[in-house]
Amino acid sequence: MTTGVAPSGAELLQALAAGIVSGGVEIVDLTHTLSPDFPVMVLPPEFGQCQPFRIEEVSRYDRRGPGWYWNNISMSEHAGTHFDAPAHWISGRNLPQGTVDAIPLEKLARPAVVLDFSRESAEDADFLLTRAHLEAWEDANGAIEEGAWVLFRTDWSKHLGSARYLNLREDGPHSPGPAPDAMEFLVKERAITGFGTETIGTDAGQGSHLSPPYPAHFILHGNGRYGLQCLTGLDRLPTRGAVLFAAPLKIRNGSGSPLRVFALVPRHEERTSA
Amino acid sequence: MTHPLGPPPKKDPQRVTRPPELPPVQRSRAALGLTAAAARGFFALQVCDECGTVAYPPRDACGKCLSPHLRFQPVADGGEVIAETVIRTSTDLYFRERTPWRVGMVKMDCGPSIVAHLHGDVAVPGRCRMVAKLDKGGNAVLVARPERWSEAMADDPEWRELTAHPKFRRVLVTSGREPVGQAVAAALSKAGASIVFVGIAEPWKPFAGEAQLKAIPNVQIMPLDLTDTSSVTELAGEIGGKTDIIVNTADHVRPGGVVGADSLVTAREAFEVNVFGLQRLAQAFGAGMRARGADGVNSAAAIVDVLPVQALANAPDFGFYSASAAARHSLLQCLRAEMRPGGVRVMSVFTGPVEDEWRQNVPPPKVAPAQIAKAVVTALAEGIEESFVGDIAKDVAARFAADPKVLERELGQ
Repeated sequence: MTTGVAPSGAELLQALAAGIVSGGVEIVDLTHTLSPDFPVMVLPPEFGQCQPFRIEEVSRYDRRGPGWYWNNISMSEHAGTHFDAPAHWISGRNLPQGTVDAIPLEKLARPAVVLDFSRESAEDADFLLTRAHLEAWEDANGAIEEGAWVLFRTDWSKHLGSARYLNLREDGPHSPGPAPDAMEFLVKERAITGFGTETIGTDAGQGSHLSPPYPAHFILHGNGRYGLQCLTGLDRLPTRGAVLFAAPLKIRNGSGSPLRVFALVPRHEERTSA
Repeated sequence: MTHPLGPPPKKDPQRVTRPPELPPVQRSRAALGLTAAAARGFFALQVCDECGTVAYPPRDACGKCLSPHLRFQPVADGGEVIAETVIRTSTDLYFRERTPWRVGMVKMDCGPSIVAHLHGDVAVPGRCRMVAKLDKGGNAVLVARPERWSEAMADDPEWRELTAHPKFRRVLVTSGREPVGQAVAAALSKAGASIVFVGIAEPWKPFAGEAQLKAIPNVQIMPLDLTDTSSVTELAGEIGGKTDIIVNTADHVRPGGVVGADSLVTAREAFEVNVFGLQRLAQAFGAGMRARGADGVNSAAAIVDVLPVQALANAPDFGFYSASAAARHSLLQCLRAEMRPGGVRVMSVFTGPVEDEWRQNVPPPKVAPAQIAKAVVTALAEGIEESFVGDIAKDVAARFAADPKVLERELGQ
């Protein structure tokens, strides 16, 4: 590469491929395994319910199919680690390209900025990320880049397998999430691509009691942005420098989909020595 | 005196499990009337419409006046045991494993003399009550039991062959999240079940009654989600070899009919729990239970399904729920035939509307969970294949027997 001249696409891809092969670029999986015992969003039972992941064996080298193994699977679009498209929420219902089949591909591979609020979330299950928190974060870490995926690290994924993951009480679930002013700031002033969380949804467990209710859903999707939830492995990402790949299934008029989310990151030693 | 049953020893893994042979199964069509009554826990014999003679054994024409108009009706069940014998050897594969076996001749107050099984506490000569029970092959047999009954008499070995008593048996109650499952678990524990496994779906969701359920003696909480094949298979892998009785209390209740239903989503959920849930249980546990139908004191004995009486006719307010119940009923009929070779009974406990949150707007009379629990224990202890809990269930059953079409029209008002 010549200094001062932007490298061509071929040069960039060649360098990336070489980095992946040589190990200079690592791939970090941010996806939970899709399994029947993965919890889904709990809604009051008078509403339609989100179907958890289910799997039925069709054959496994047996009389149902002597030479092959395969399953039928069924689930909600919003089961497991999944993607929320703008059309998922009423605020985004009239937007163009609002469903998963219509989302422009360039939106699906983007840099990621990781906001680490794991300590605050450990101290307060109802921790709300506010604009003030974001401004303080930017003072310390620099401004959030336009077009980035903002990943909200709470280490909540580590509660999976215990009741604390959903943290259901009589007054509903309790888990951290963003306040309305934080979402307004990220969407309107930082023009992010999307917001990703480790919890069951992009909103706080008690997000229905905020104004607007479910501010992450309402503001993100009302402005054509995306959501990712039930992520894991955010503790393996650098604050900056990761490239996130999050491509939902191409479901006609789909509101979202389970997906494999992964990030390309510089090799660990490179990051720690930098 | 009946010898009180002691806790069975732990299974010797080197001994061959006794195969579940059946007593003679052939019956005439006329005799199946006796079986139908026994299945519902009644004692009925044929009575001639023309001359009033009570006939036994079942036949196609009256032995006195040759009229073909014989109908099964409840008759006086008292009688005098006039003779007895004890069978000590038999060429029949079932009975040769179970001798000595007491039989006797009973002169019934209603007329006929009957050769019947004799409960160990019946004195000869002496008074007795005649009851009809289903044997391991699902056919009615007549048993003379003492006039005065005590709980301890249920331990009689002949009697225990004709029931599925929970005492010393290991029971799986499939859904402990709801009051019905919790009440059933408590009742089975009280009835002497040695272990009551209680399935809990989605254990990360708290539920009312959790602490009380865990405090019931002999209760063991197990993860079990009937909508998840792998969950059912995993539980069967853990306890399938020592599950003697299954009581399926899972029931997905939602109001709504067919045209007005908002979507197929709820209907599908209902079928996943009420129909495919039962099938998953049968597939995961059925074969193992069928193989253990004669495995001693704590042999596999029964699968009990608690289902709404709308299985017999649709109640349009809960139209899809009724449809799932009808499918469940049909599945149980199939399962009954499939489990019979193993001597494992399949019992249906039909209920009227349960007193719960989903049926608050259903007018009384409603059924309390404790009533259902009592009916489940009674069905097991008495070997009753079909029971109806609550006034509505009993009424629907009677009207179904009279004319299903009339019932359909009435429920569909």
